[in-house]
Amino acid sequence: MVTTQRKSFDWFTIMIYLILVCWGWMSIYSSSYTIDSPLFSLNTIAGRQLAFMTCSFLIAGSILFIDAKLINRLSYLIYFFTMIALVLVLFIGKEVGGAKAWFNFGKFGLQPAEFAKIGTVLVIAKFLNDNNLYLNKTRTLIITASFVVFPVLLILMQPDAGSALVYTSLIIMFYREGLPLRYIISIIIVGILAILTLIIGVSSSIIVLIILTSILAYLLKKQEKKFMIVLIFFIICASVISGINYTYEKILQPHQKERIDLIIGKEKNELGSGYNLKQSLIAIGSGGFIGKGYLKGTQTKGNFVPEQETDFIFCTIGEEFGFIGSTLVITLLLSLIIRIILLSEKQTSRFSRIIGYSLAAILFAHIFINIGMTTGLVPVIGIPLPFFSYGGSSLLAFSTLLFIFIKFDACRMERF
Amino acid sequence: MRKHDFYEHRKYPVLIIISAAIVLIIVKLFSIQILDKSYKLSAENNVVRKIVKYPERGWVYDRNNTLLVSNQRAHDIMVTPYLLDSNIDTLFLCNILQLSQQEFNNKIKQAKKYSHYKPSIFLKAVSKENFADIQDKLHLFKGFYTQPRYVREYNTKSGANIFGYIGQISKSLLEKYPKYTQEDLIGITGVEKTYEKQLAGEKGIERKVVDVFGKYQSKLEDGKYDTLPKKGQDVVLTIDITLQEYAEKIMQNKRGSIVAIEPSTGEILCLVSSPNYDPSLFLGNQRSKNFTNLYLDPAKPLWDRSTSALYPPGSIFKLINALIGLQEQVINPATLFICNNGWNYKSILHIGCHKHDSPLNLRQSIAQSCNAYYCSTFQRIIASKENSTAGLDNWQQHVKSFGLNKLIHTDLHDKKMGFIPNSEYYNKKYGIRRWGASTCISLGIGQDAILMTPIQMANLASIVANKGYYRTPHIVKTINQSIDDLNQDFFTKKYCSIDSIYFESVIYGMETAVEGKHGTAKKAKLTGMKICGKTGTAQNPHGDDHSIFIAFSPRENPKIAIAVYVENGGWGSDVAAPMGSLCIEKYRTRKISRIRLENEMINKNIQY
Repeated sequence: MVTTQRKSFDWFTIMIYLILVCWGWMSIYSSSYTIDSPLFSLNTIAGRQLAFMTCSFLIAGSILFIDAKLINRLSYLIYFFTMIALVLVLFIGKEVGGAKAWFNFGKFGLQPAEFAKIGTVLVIAKFLNDNNLYLNKTRTLIITASFVVFPVLLILMQPDAGSALVYTSLIIMFYREGLPLRYIISIIIVGILAILTLIIGVSSSIIVLIILTSILAYLLKKQEKKFMIVLIFFIICASVISGINYTYEKILQPHQKERIDLIIGKEKNELGSGYNLKQSLIAIGSGGFIGKGYLKGTQTKGNFVPEQETDFIFCTIGEEFGFIGSTLVITLLLSLIIRIILLSEKQTSRFSRIIGYSLAAILFAHIFINIGMTTGLVPVIGIPLPFFSYGGSSLLAFSTLLFIFIKFDACRMERF
Repeated sequence: MRKHDFYEHRKYPVLIIISAAIVLIIVKLFSIQILDKSYKLSAENNVVRKIVKYPERGWVYDRNNTLLVSNQRAHDIMVTPYLLDSNIDTLFLCNILQLSQQEFNNKIKQAKKYSHYKPSIFLKAVSKENFADIQDKLHLFKGFYTQPRYVREYNTKSGANIFGYIGQISKSLLEKYPKYTQEDLIGITGVEKTYEKQLAGEKGIERKVVDVFGKYQSKLEDGKYDTLPKKGQDVVLTIDITLQEYAEKIMQNKRGSIVAIEPSTGEILCLVSSPNYDPSLFLGNQRSKNFTNLYLDPAKPLWDRSTSALYPPGSIFKLINALIGLQEQVINPATLFICNNGWNYKSILHIGCHKHDSPLNLRQSIAQSCNAYYCSTFQRIIASKENSTAGLDNWQQHVKSFGLNKLIHTDLHDKKMGFIPNSEYYNKKYGIRRWGASTCISLGIGQDAILMTPIQMANLASIVANKGYYRTPHIVKTINQSIDDLNQDFFTKKYCSIDSIYFESVIYGMETAVEGKHGTAKKAKLTGMKICGKTGTAQNPHGDDHSIFIAFSPRENPKIAIAVYVENGGWGSDVAAPMGSLCIEKYRTRKISRIRLENEMINKNIQY
């Protein structure tokens, strides 16, 4: 059944988007503010961000006016091109901070990893929707997962662990599209065991595992094949523990180990990698309830927080707008995510629902990891805060994906 | 037809988990922004640099408003360890700062131990001369900067024991004075110590905002919280610097002390302890070396003999015994005692005396300093009570009223009680009732266990000059042109236990000692000015006798009372008496008529 019934664009989402982007620009302006900084100049980062915003608005606007069907049809092609870009960047990319993640165009750079998210999301949506598949089938799961694994591997080769990590958030969408719960539980157990191994060491973890296994055996005492289940559980968990330990001891670079140590509280290094976190906490913490006022943050003005326009942009908000401002920003971001999820559930087409869920998942991952990192909840992992962090690629990619979703939502009665 | 969506319910866990995670962040924000106040402080530590503006210490003047101690600008070299470049040219820097590589490394280590982020003093009080060179080049070295402060400037080479010195505050004092910080200077001895509160002034604090590189950004809130340093209060000493310098000069190459007091007020006119040292030695980068040298000097120049050396007073103590004898009415001015080259007790004990006519009356006994006279007087004083114990204790009560055997509550930082024995002392030494007047007969002539400080001797002269009272000797006349901050006790008369009528005959004796034909202080005679004096020669088991003289002048309304004590100087009449007389002349007339005597005394060199 094909309907041509039209719904207008979801202005609530667009309003939140605009507020966030403008607030983001204000924060960037503030974090790079000096008394004599000009308002509009491509030589200042605030000026450049303004250019990125204009660009993003133009692209967002054009998305709203092209035919949604066209995007749907181009999904595989877009995926293909973004993957090509990811491969190319490994060869002709510009190396910044030890990672080949950038195409360089004079004053501006493009980060293909940001755009690869769009391709990946589109291709999964297209694949599952066209074939009407759910992820409860192992075969479907493997194919879908490989769409994700491919860009993740390419990004890890740059290497950019932060951007790669964000892709794991797609598990939320996978779950919604039928991924069996046991997979998720397994992942959670693996995660807990990993953290446990890092904190208390291998031998203690094995002891804990033995206790857990005994409890499991007791719970399953009436089941058939209980011996097999318990054995498999034990073997898998034990290999996870030793694997994590091996990765930590042998594979991870010293600075990566340090970051992990810092977050699990094994180490306190106030001069080394802990410095960022300490300064970030000072900036946010000193904001207090109502903040120091716009452009009046002493920590950001004094450049105490490293990378304060990009990954640590939240410090400016925390310091200048205080708890109220921070909570408002976070609430806006959360409303955006919830709005997208609720809209997704209203979609007739699975294609747009998958896009919506993916978008919500990726946004959530970025927001949680980024703000979590600046407030010391998660390790320092360098990924941008959507709409706030300085940088064209991130803003463009998020804007594009968001407006693709808004466009599809506007024609939610259409089937693709 | 749309396939039924089996998984629609899964939106709920997704929504719940996402919301929960976001709420977790808000909770964390709540804890760091609202519950934990420490970040506010850390933020302030990050950006606010407190620049201490050191106040100028109060100036010190003498009684005639001659400036003695003021201040000069010096600079501390400060270091902020975390700003240091790892590859600085230390050799070049050491050269500029005149440090060895070793010293340099030690100082850096010390600074790092104090704090990585907070600046600390690297080099203290660099003087003007060295500073010009350092200032030119220091900017080449990141992490170093200079901070102006004041150091003392002395306009005289004398009076070091009076002024005392200032130094970095010690840990124990820091606890006592919470307003001070580790870098602060505090008075350690002398007037600098006793009047620290008035001299110190108040530090000013300027708060400036800096960036992560320590670069100046702005004043904190336009300097709303900044304070200006407040200069310390000026102090006028009772010292007459002309007399002080003269007395120090006359004491050169001798050990001992000269103390002069204005009898009517108790104001100390000069306070000489010899050997002395130039107060400027404690300034600049040679300070610790100079200090060590002075500290190790066997002549102990850092020890203020004028207030804390305990000496046997010798014959000057006869004045006290004469007065007590008169007060107790065991003698009168006409009393005669025979002297057979001394005083004998049952042919067991003999106290020698020099050759003079015999018998002598009170006046002549003072003028010629007869030992036998005072042994006899002392014996009568002791015998005037029912037993020796009561006699001696009565005697001691009288003696103590002369400000002896007790601390004078003066504003001198160092002081000693001295010692006057009583019955308890001899009971311990010989056993109860196993001693009598003859046992301690030497007390009559100021020997035995009697110990006095030079300032107590000058005060004795002052008491006699005042005919029976003294005002506490003190060193500060006014602070900020007012006497409110002084101990008001300085201005009350303290009477001794002798009635004033008895002083006249003793003073007559002192006059005769200087003016009389056989007087022991003949060498102190000064034409045109009446000096009343008493010499003393104290036996000293360790070497030559100590030469002693106390005097006051003029006879009526005395303006100056003086005590001169020259260790191992020999006869009081030969050394101390002329020196005291010269000082009196210098103070009263501002010039010296007896050039030959002056030269003789200045050039007198006593070997120790």
